[in-house]
Parts: sequence; structure tokens; C-alpha cells
Amino acid sequence: MDRIPILKLGGALIVTIQVDMHDRLALALEEDLTAMIARTSARGVLIEISALEIVDSFIGRMLVSIAAVSRVLDAETVVAGMRPAVAITLVELGLELTGIKTALNVERGMALIQARLSEEDDGHESDRDRHEN
Amino acid sequence: MTVTKTETLPVRSGDDVVRVRQRVRALAVEIGLGLVDQTKIITAASELARNTLDYGGGGDVCMEIVQAAMRKGLRLTFEDHGPGIADIEQAMTDHYTSGGGLGLGLGGAKRLSNEFHIESTPGSGTRVTIARWK
Ligand SMILES: Nc1ncnc2c1ncn2[C@@H]1O[C@H](COP(=O)(O)OP(=O)(O)OP(=O)(O)O)[C@@H](O)[C@H]1O
Ligand SMILES: [Mg+2]
Repeated sequence: MDRIPILKLGGALIVTIQVDMHDRLALALEEDLTAMIARTSARGVLIEISALEIVDSFIGRMLVSIAAVSRVLDAETVVAGMRPAVAITLVELGLELTGIKTALNVERGMALIQARLSEEDDGHESDRDRHEN
Repeated sequence: MTVTKTETLPVRSGDDVVRVRQRVRALAVEIGLGLVDQTKIITAASELARNTLDYGGGGDVCMEIVQAAMRKGLRLTFEDHGPGIADIEQAMTDHYTSGGGLGLGLGGAKRLSNEFHIESTPGSGTRVTIARWK
């Protein structure tokens, strides 16, 4: 069975969706991502969808469900590169990407995840400072 | 109104749904729909094809290029001989689902089309027709 490759970059996992998703592939991706977040303690999941010509309720549900599972595992989901025509269509379809951040492209998406990671580092440092004081 | 082109495709597997999307895109381009309108009709078709497959037990889609006065349009009719829909109003309601979906397919397909028509007879099947005009 085909699977979508998942890259690890720092504290983030990156997935590029290039093929026309079908059911099995979507389910496999969800499983693989879940396993990999748990294994690598990744704190962010970046899903790049600029190749997708449409996002229907099926793909939308997959994205929302990946985001929900990621959140339980303490990782944030960012969807990057949605085409403008797709974004317009999603609104009319009535699909809300609950719990998902969106970014114009991969760079900005990574910046969102990095910002979260460094915010947390700061948080940990101040915890430590307080501890030492 | 005249029909200038007719094609029929089966909707019996996930791969068929992908093929339907590809043909709808080609026909939408052929009648000169802009990118946003193409995306809308392909998305609507994807929703209806998936319903035909998941709830109707599979069926067919008839794709037609229609010409009315100076306008061209794309008309898609999804038909199955599955269990049908007992309460169409309920099925059309956003977020109503009987199968763990988001319940957006039918309402969304209607919003994404210029014309929408649904007929269903419990026990004998469902037919949904949408059209998008240039
Ligand atoms: N071809 C069909 N045959 C029988 N029942 C159908 C058919 N199409 C839709 N339905 C019924 O109408 C309901 C609503 O359909 P709709 O496409 O709006 O939502 P969904 O398929 O449940 O979820 P989503 O499309 O958002 O993934 C379905 O849950 C199903 O009960
Ligand atoms: Mg549906």
C-alpha cells in the first residue's frame, strides 16, 4: 500500500500531500503521524497542501482529525499552502478547520511552529529561574 | 436548452471518485469556467460521488455540457439504487450525518452549485443533479 512520507525537522513533522488522497491513504497517514508524534515527541505537524486542487469534507475531516489527535499528544497542526480557490470553496462548503492553524506557505508554517517551540523554551527557562531563586 | 456532450462514469470505488473529479475538472475547463468555479463544481462533485459510494452502495454519474441561449453549463447527475433517503430535509441540514461524516456534503454541494435538485425514493434510490453555469 502507498504511504505518504513524513519528514522530521527539529521538533516538527512535515508532510506534503501531493497525490489525490483516497480513503486508505488518508487513514494510513493519520496512523503514521500519530505513531511518529508519539515516537519523536514532535511538538508541531506541518501539512503542506499546495498541490491539492480541492479539499472536500473527506479531506477536511482527515485534517481536523489529525489536528485533534496531535493536540492530545501535545503537538500543534499547521496546514500550509492552501490554494486561494480552495480556501474560498471551503468557506462555501461550510467546513471549519477547527483546531488547525493555517499558513500561506511552508516557511511561514515552520515559523509558527518554531515560535511555539521557542515560547515553550522560554517558559521552561523561567520555571527554572523561579526554581533557582 | 441543448445537451452538447454526454459522458457517464461509474462510481463504485474510491478510485472512481478520483476519476470523476478529474473528468469534471476537464469538462469545467472545456466550458471555460474560471479557477474558483472549477474548484467549486469539482468539490461539489466529490461530495456527491462519495455519498453515492458510501450511502447509495455505488452508482453512476452522468456528466453533460449544456447550452442555453449564450450560456454554457456543466450538469452532473449522480444516481444510485441504494436505500434512498427517507427525510430529505433532514439529510440536507448542515451537520446532519447518519454515517459519522461532517454532514456537509449535500448542503455544501447545493451552495457550491447554481442549480441543485434531489429526488429520492426509500427502497429504490437517490438522484442528485447539480449544474454550474459559465
Ligand atoms: N445517495 C445517498 N443515499 C442514501 N442516503 C444518502 C445519500 N446521500 C446522502 N445520504 C444521507 O444524507 C446524509 C447527509 O449527507 P451529507 O453528504 O450532507 O453528509 P455526510 O455524507 O454524512 O457527511 P460529509 O459529506 O460531510 O462527509 C448522509 O449521512 C446520509 O444519511
Ligand atoms: Mg457526504
